[in-house]
Amino acid sequence: MFRYYLRLGVLSIKANPALSALMVAAIGVGIGACMTIVTIHYIMSGNPIPEKSDQLHHVRVDSWDPNEAYDEPNEPPEQLTYLDATALYEAGRATRQVISFRSSRVVEPAGEDTKPFQRDTRATTTEFFAMFNVPFRYGAAWDRSADAGNERVVVINESLNEQLFGGQDSVGKMLTLTGESYRIVGVLDYWAPVPMFYDLNNNEYGDPASIFLPFSVAIAGEHDSSGNTNCWKPIPDGGIEAFRNSECVWIQMWAELNSEAERQSYLQFLDAYVEQQKMVGRFPRPLNNRIDDVAAWMDYNEVVDEDVGVLLGLAILFLVVCLLNTIGLLLAKVMRRAKDMSLRRALGASKAALFAQNIVEASIIGLAGGLLGVLMTWLGLRGIENLFSTFEFITKLVQMDWVMIIAAVVLAILSALAAAIYPTWRACNVTPATQLRIQ
Amino acid sequence: MELGPIWRAILRNKSSYSLIALQIAVTMAIMVNAIAIIQERTTQMARPSGMDEENIVTLSSISFAPQMDMRAMIDADLAMLRGMPGVHDAIATNSFPLRGGGSARGLSTEPGPDADGVSMAVYFSDEHAIETFGTTLIDGNNFALDEISWNDEESSTWPATGILTAAAAKELFPDEQGSYVGKTVFINDNDPVKIVGIIDRLQAPWDGWEKVENSMLVPLRRDNEYVRYVVRAEPGYLDELIPQIEEALAENKDRIIEDVRTMAEVRERSYTGDAAMVKMLSFIVVLLTTITGLGIVGLASFSVSRRTRQIGVRRALGATRPQILRYFMVENFIISSVGIIAGAVFAIALNIFMVQAFALTPLAWYVVPLAMMILWIVGQLAVAGPARRASAISPAIATRSI
Repeated sequence: MFRYYLRLGVLSIKANPALSALMVAAIGVGIGACMTIVTIHYIMSGNPIPEKSDQLHHVRVDSWDPNEAYDEPNEPPEQLTYLDATALYEAGRATRQVISFRSSRVVEPAGEDTKPFQRDTRATTTEFFAMFNVPFRYGAAWDRSADAGNERVVVINESLNEQLFGGQDSVGKMLTLTGESYRIVGVLDYWAPVPMFYDLNNNEYGDPASIFLPFSVAIAGEHDSSGNTNCWKPIPDGGIEAFRNSECVWIQMWAELNSEAERQSYLQFLDAYVEQQKMVGRFPRPLNNRIDDVAAWMDYNEVVDEDVGVLLGLAILFLVVCLLNTIGLLLAKVMRRAKDMSLRRALGASKAALFAQNIVEASIIGLAGGLLGVLMTWLGLRGIENLFSTFEFITKLVQMDWVMIIAAVVLAILSALAAAIYPTWRACNVTPATQLRIQ
Repeated sequence: MELGPIWRAILRNKSSYSLIALQIAVTMAIMVNAIAIIQERTTQMARPSGMDEENIVTLSSISFAPQMDMRAMIDADLAMLRGMPGVHDAIATNSFPLRGGGSARGLSTEPGPDADGVSMAVYFSDEHAIETFGTTLIDGNNFALDEISWNDEESSTWPATGILTAAAAKELFPDEQGSYVGKTVFINDNDPVKIVGIIDRLQAPWDGWEKVENSMLVPLRRDNEYVRYVVRAEPGYLDELIPQIEEALAENKDRIIEDVRTMAEVRERSYTGDAAMVKMLSFIVVLLTTITGLGIVGLASFSVSRRTRQIGVRRALGATRPQILRYFMVENFIISSVGIIAGAVFAIALNIFMVQAFALTPLAWYVVPLAMMILWIVGQLAVAGPARRASAISPAIATRSI
């Protein structure tokens, strides 16, 4: 029976080629527009570290201005002062804790003929790599003693290793960064979480740093932060010392907390720390400390661009228009075929048989629309890539994976079936034989 | 006109016609809101930065040699740049409009930590800033040579003078009728800054900032490892100057030169997201209108072929071709109007939602009527083909049986 319906469906589609093409095109274009935006939304809001995203917590303490919240409504600053970051890090109350800031170093390759170049750098503490599951190709993270002893050691990423050492194991070699000599202790494997969740203050879709070096070395070498620095109180005279003792926030902190009990006790620890700082006249605002896991932190930072939200809404409405279009056309088609239907009913076909026949036809259109939709999605993503071609990060956001391809086809077939239900229902309900009379 | 019979015929076939009306309504809701966003973004992109953008190139210099004499390097670079034939003027600064990164401070009219501040971008430079950016001094004076100093590592005292944009001065002194020049404002709580000049416009480095028109020129030269040079060429010289500038600056091997970009490129980068949004939404509107138009063509064709015999009978009973044509045109007009009116309500409701959810600018008054006109015209154009075919049906059809 199914094959017979299939043949009837194909015949009916062939009988109205222009109309059938219009229906397929409408579904294809609707699915294409929708899935293009859904794909980007899906990647932007993806979980960059699914295996432990609920254990990693971004740490905030409210050291801000007594007269004005850092951000409404009563949000503490995203970053910490040098005083607080180092104190909280040294207390070591979490399973792991990491403090870091973004900077930039000039790499001076050994040969005379190669030009120096600048690379994004992260000054951090050794547990960064274990905490964020950063994979190593050669070597490993530096020892704790390097953090404590200001040892000039460095971890570089795969692409910098490729550029400088042709991909060879470079552990133990020396590297000159902005006039300082470092010993390479580790080379990372490819690692590019999207979004780059560990630092959402800067470009959240950018590449992770190429160079990682100990926080203490960056402090001793007075490396400037290239991330954001925010201050609510004037910095007194006294150069870099005064800046480090100031209320300016510029350091980020993450803590790994594995259970609700650990989270509670960490919050209590933060509150106790702030209470103690209040004694020495700091932290003029009421207690307002926060820990946010990766999902909550991404949410707070609105990593999904607002424009994508607007486009997603409009694209869904666009699909609705395409479906209304298909329903209208299918209905018109069914009405015109009322005579056939009526005749089949008169000859003994059940309502269920007519329903099946029409649904098969709609599914063929849905499948064709779905395949066209996948192609349209691909084209749509290429179009967006082209619009943002000045920014390298865009290529990460316009990738189509199998999940999205299958989603496109399934959405297309579901849409076509949804569009077919009402016209089919009308078709099944023709009275046998009445339509056979003259109009 | 045969409005009565047309309306009754529509009512006999409610489901088909209400579907098309609904389709037109949703199309209208999307179209109106897309146009509103396109308008908003186009207006934003059209705002002038206050710079002579056509003739300016910007670049970064990053020094990496230890113990380098930054002041000597900057002085040498600037002397060389300003002396190059074809260069109008040049400065070293921390940032410039549309760059996307920079520094901002709060200024207030009263000293003390509790005074309300007005936020503005700060550009650290020298007396060449106005001429290099190509903005206009509309009141007061440029910096005098003795006002300009190098930064002091150990002291955080702010320079005693500043040149503000008119927008920033107006926000500080909203009730001032006369000149802002000579007034004193406070920065870092207690450091006084005397306003010595007002420039008509110089945007902050962040195009999406609500205070984008607020900025201040500060007569302070900074000897950071990171220096950004802004070079303004004489009209027509920019293209040939860029490689010469790069080459000349590359002579110094203790630093690298990066991000060499004309202001046209800086602007394009800054507004990439907005430009993409305008293109995507325009594309959606065109595609949507096409699909809805084709849908109308399809439905009207069906309707004509279903009614072939009726049309033949009407023709046989004396209806003229224009009357048949008019029947279908009027029918479409009625359906479209129902859809368009419902669409206007949808569109406004959706806009109210978007204004609240995404801080979109509310609709301009003419967008809804404009979208109505477009959809009426599209509807009439779409139905014209099938209607003409209907009017061509021969009266003889009436005599045939099924």
